[in-house]
Amino acid sequence: MKTNTPAILTGTHTLSGNEACIEGAFAAGCRFLAAYPIMPALETIDRYLQRSSEVDATFIQMEDEISALAAVIGASWTGKKSMTITSGPGLSNMMEHLGLSVMLETPCVIIDVQRAGPSIGIPNRPGQGDVMQARWGSHGDYELIVLSPSSPQEMFDFTIKAFNFSEKYRSPVLIMADEYVAHQKGEVKIQPANKIKIEPRKYFKGEKDKYLPFKRDKNFVPRMVDIGENYKFHVTGLTHDDRGYPVMTEKCQEYNVHPLLWKILNDRDEIAEFKESNTDDAEIVIISYGASSNTAQKAMKQARELGIKVGSLKLDTVWPFPDKKITELAEKVKTLIVPEINYGQIVLEVERCSYGQANVVFVSHGETEIDNPDNLISIIKQSQKEKQVKKGIIEYRNETRRG
Amino acid sequence: MESKEMAEKNVLPKDVPTMDVHPMDDVLRMDRIPHIWCPGCGIGTAVTAFAEGLKKAEIDLQKTCIVSGIGCTGRVAGYVKLDSFHTTHGRGIAFATGIQVANPDLKVIVFSGDGDIMSIGGNHFIHAARRNVNMLVICVNNFIYAMTGGQVAPTTPHAAYATTSPFGAVEPPFNIPYIADSSGAVYVARWTVLQVRRLTDSIAEALKKPGFSVIEVISPCAMYYSRINRLGDGLDMMKFYHDNTEIRHGEDTKNLDIGFQTKIIVGKFVDRERPTYMDSYNKWLSGTVKD
Amino acid sequence: MKYWGKPFGKELPKTPTGEIHILKERCKGCGFCVEYCPKDVLELSDEYNSKGYHPPQAINKDNCVNCGLCGMICPEFAIWTTLKEEAVHEN
Repeated sequence: MKTNTPAILTGTHTLSGNEACIEGAFAAGCRFLAAYPIMPALETIDRYLQRSSEVDATFIQMEDEISALAAVIGASWTGKKSMTITSGPGLSNMMEHLGLSVMLETPCVIIDVQRAGPSIGIPNRPGQGDVMQARWGSHGDYELIVLSPSSPQEMFDFTIKAFNFSEKYRSPVLIMADEYVAHQKGEVKIQPANKIKIEPRKYFKGEKDKYLPFKRDKNFVPRMVDIGENYKFHVTGLTHDDRGYPVMTEKCQEYNVHPLLWKILNDRDEIAEFKESNTDDAEIVIISYGASSNTAQKAMKQARELGIKVGSLKLDTVWPFPDKKITELAEKVKTLIVPEINYGQIVLEVERCSYGQANVVFVSHGETEIDNPDNLISIIKQSQKEKQVKKGIIEYRNETRRG
Repeated sequence: MESKEMAEKNVLPKDVPTMDVHPMDDVLRMDRIPHIWCPGCGIGTAVTAFAEGLKKAEIDLQKTCIVSGIGCTGRVAGYVKLDSFHTTHGRGIAFATGIQVANPDLKVIVFSGDGDIMSIGGNHFIHAARRNVNMLVICVNNFIYAMTGGQVAPTTPHAAYATTSPFGAVEPPFNIPYIADSSGAVYVARWTVLQVRRLTDSIAEALKKPGFSVIEVISPCAMYYSRINRLGDGLDMMKFYHDNTEIRHGEDTKNLDIGFQTKIIVGKFVDRERPTYMDSYNKWLSGTVKD
Repeated sequence: MKYWGKPFGKELPKTPTGEIHILKERCKGCGFCVEYCPKDVLELSDEYNSKGYHPPQAINKDNCVNCGLCGMICPEFAIWTTLKEEAVHEN
């Protein structure tokens, strides 16, 4: 079954977002996929299967999304990097096991190709309505790393980044793509294998009977082992101590859950990545992520040509949210404009972090339309007319909107 | 750590010289004994039979792992000294499927209760049986949801009392061997905890057999099922099993329904060969993908 | 070669004897071992352990044949037998 095609297809290709995501997964070392087919993520499974014999990767189609994530967590403990791919309704199903993977501290990657919601919605229109659910969906307290790609190249890069984060922090990582980015074809440049940075799994290398599955190092991250290496460990979803045995007391709850938050929050400045342009002298900044960032970039260029001082902040990492950067921008500029393909999710975080120092304007695309830049230009012009800082989130009804 | 100090105190009681080690010390986590199960509960006996069965089958314990769900029987993973996982309610079989498919050299055992496997986990049970994933499922059936206080389960016999069926169970119960058989399991057996030796032999046999094997273990629940239904305590239930079980190997699984205090038919019902999931997967890959 | 009768000098059948070990602190007084011992060696004692249960005691120690059923049927891992000696059975 060995062919000459390698796992990493170095070179320049024209791929859709779905296909680039799978190439990124193979480049990162993923060798196990358990998924339930759902629109608009179907092409990922097709691409995975097409390449699975060349790469020697395993695929199983599970009976529902709940068992898909359960199988991924199980497979991750055997030493294989594992992932699952779903959309909005599937992510809702997976919430209990997201909590389990946080508690068992299992590295895995979940890709959510968002679509119009709620419930069944429109399977083949883009949406960004799962962003809050990705962070707050499961019960209890936890922190999660959530990335948001906006082009096929970013789908490739962010998938590799997601696997690296998941191994570094021994935590599940979500990638919130959407139908627009998943089906868009674009140029993807893949580096040679020795230039792609892959984070290896942190293994425990001591004596077999001295392994503690949850003993943390100075970064609050414990070491992992594979099943079948005679470590005879026990892990549980109940509140546990270092040995993995359940201890249900208040002290142990703090001992167990507090580091789950702080292993990620301690590094939030490095994890929360973004790309900013033209913000040094800007009066208005457009904060965007995912599919709507393409429009935002174009609108910024057109506004600059018109002489309006507009900058752009594109969020690569949506959670942990870059609080400090938003507060810093709010102190400098007059207006923050947030376009989203939903009825208001990240704009709530932006408003919280601006602490009333700048106007926060929300441009809703809840009707799942990918806008053209003219609409954003007219909103920029309207927001320039605001004389003072208004409380709350401002939303303009616009005449140049279609329909 | 609080629990560590507590565990150290319970290592071995003082009335036994330390040279006298319990024969199951190498398969059970003795630092967590005494366990949480009630006096008269049969789960401890099922775990003893399992430990003996593991030794009898002479399988490589290094490559064995055990997955449990939630519930009284779900605590078994915490007491067995293998790579063990205590996962979410009902999803142990899906978890075990992931482990098995990712590393086919491992032997996976799912040890869980009737409410866990047949109620919330019913879907995963029939799919894993259909696929014939290589694992052994030991389902301890005490006819009730014991850990949460005695609610009615899908295996509670018709007209038996439980806290959520105070006037008698309305629904007819599941017949676990019938479902396993019709979904495609290759080895289906049912024993009560009274027949420990036969249960041990059954477990040893099923551990060596590739494919999806199901062993239903009928156990007394002294605190809830037998108390709420005025059947006495654990010992009275054992005496009932002594007088009312009949061994019928190879019986058609259609006839294995359990009613309230009726005869229980036990034995090995299904022992057949079918290609396992990994056999079919490898054949499909090598057959369709050309070099 | 089939023997028609017991030849002189043929060995008499041996029955082993077992030694019973009871971890009194683990016992929860369920009574399974007492009920199902085939040689009626055990009965529940009057003493009690720190949890208030009455553990079993061996009253006919010499009758124990090391069948191991008490150890297999005990849910608490509190009783087991070890082989003491292979004795010649008089019957």
